[in-house]
Amino acid sequence: MTGLYIVIGVVVILAILLFGTYNSLVRLRNQTKNAWAQIDVQLKRRHDLIPNLVETAKGYMKHERETLEAVTNARNMAQQMSGSSVGERGKVEGELSSALSRLLAVVENYPDLKANQNFLALQEELSSTENKVSFSRQFYNDSILRYNNKTQMFPSNVIANMTGFKAGEFFEVSVAAEREAPKVSFS
Amino acid sequence: MLGMGLLLLALGYILGLYFLYSPTAGLIIALMIWAVLNFIALFQGDNIMLSMAKAKKISRDDSPRLYNIVEEMKIASGLENMPAIYVIDDPAPNAFATGRNPEKAAVAVTTGLLQKLNRDELQGVIGHEISHVKNRDVLLMTMCSILLGTIVMLSWYASRMLFFSSMTGGRRRSSSGGGGSAQLIILAVGIVLMILAPILAQLIYFTISRKREYLADASSAQYTRYPEGLASALEKISASTTQLKAANKATAPMYIINPFRKKGRAASDLSSTHPPISERIRILRSMAGGASFADYDNAYRKTRLTSKGVVSPSALATSGTVAVRDAEPQRTDESQYKIEQSREISDLLWRQNNYRTINCECGTKFRLPPKFKATTVRCPHCGIINKVT
Repeated sequence: MTGLYIVIGVVVILAILLFGTYNSLVRLRNQTKNAWAQIDVQLKRRHDLIPNLVETAKGYMKHERETLEAVTNARNMAQQMSGSSVGERGKVEGELSSALSRLLAVVENYPDLKANQNFLALQEELSSTENKVSFSRQFYNDSILRYNNKTQMFPSNVIANMTGFKAGEFFEVSVAAEREAPKVSFS
Repeated sequence: MLGMGLLLLALGYILGLYFLYSPTAGLIIALMIWAVLNFIALFQGDNIMLSMAKAKKISRDDSPRLYNIVEEMKIASGLENMPAIYVIDDPAPNAFATGRNPEKAAVAVTTGLLQKLNRDELQGVIGHEISHVKNRDVLLMTMCSILLGTIVMLSWYASRMLFFSSMTGGRRRSSSGGGGSAQLIILAVGIVLMILAPILAQLIYFTISRKREYLADASSAQYTRYPEGLASALEKISASTTQLKAANKATAPMYIINPFRKKGRAASDLSSTHPPISERIRILRSMAGGASFADYDNAYRKTRLTSKGVVSPSALATSGTVAVRDAEPQRTDESQYKIEQSREISDLLWRQNNYRTINCECGTKFRLPPKFKATTVRCPHCGIINKVT
């Protein structure tokens, strides 16, 4: 009889471990989804702020047409790719970031623009949104790290494979252009 | 905290054994006193602390910069809800956080802090306060102080009872009659505990407080990815000699640095709630290669020349490698920036006192006192009549 009890006990313990691991996989995956949604909110906010910024700057920076156009184009491209995968969005958002930083570097030459209250408020909002994008990105990457660890390390990877949990993608904002120094023309 | 709990239980046990001949009764009474004090203290709420400091709540429009910084730290730390933000009108730079659980938290900064720090430094300070909220430090310190209070109270009452019973000329005789020497031993242990327990509990309390401060520094470095921000903020704050008006001994541990540090108390005292600032700065600055918990732990051990770290093993295990980010681009016109900052802060204070502002088209800003009754205002620079909204 005791043999039977032992077997039942082992089965019960295994079942508990199974449920526990499955639940923690679900919880971690939901955390990554939540973290991604937060990034999405911040990225969308950035897309919405940029047209305003370009309009305000246009009046003062009449000779910087290409820089302003580059920002607008990059922003439109990023907005179009709103529904794509994590890796693709990383690329377009990175290009938008570099276009923006070129624009902000050029703004330093226009003291009138810098004294405009509207522009200052917009710039603060924008740089804060950039910060929030990078903070939510690091939070997302941390949660992806925890989730990937759980899906790939033994013994939870057994359960993950059985129930179809796949590893997630890191959100890398790859900016190839960041390496070059911004070219500021003093024309 | 476990040590303090054990002290409380030991005290209850011994006192119960001596006075009531039943250690379990002593334990139960000690726990009951603790529960009652808990109940009273935990439900008093954060409002008392905030109103003692004369803190005024601000909204997003009042100070977008401060609101944005708090929101950034909320995202970086993973807090669910945005904490309430308060501003204290005081030229001494300091900040604190309050809130029993992360959902209902509040962060307060002084106008002196807003004035003196740049964006990176302010972010470091707010990150430190938010991590107090996230790590439930407020709850921990409140419960520890309740434990401390219970221990002190028990010892005090026990000493009174002992005093009385010896004054009335004799101890109660034990029922069995043969436990005379056992009674003496219990009495001796009881007296020792009564004297030592409050002292030990205080030491433990201060050690816990200091350790949580280090942990908050580490968390802030990880959230902001920029430990130099907090380091230079601490430098600026400690260099200021203005005394914070609203702090008193009860609320001092909650502030980012000890508001009473100049009052003749050595900062490296065992009875200090905050670690010495120079050490905190040195640890933050010697974080080489990264901004994660592991880097802070290494820097801590190197600076303090000790092998005992300050971050818990579970936190060390889940912290990956974290690269330090670049500093915020500095404004080239430093003096103009300071002027703008002061203007922003004084605007905030005017608004707090119910002054309304109207912007004229020519760029002039009107500030109307609360009792202003007229419906239109004529601009003295351009002559345009503006409507009062």
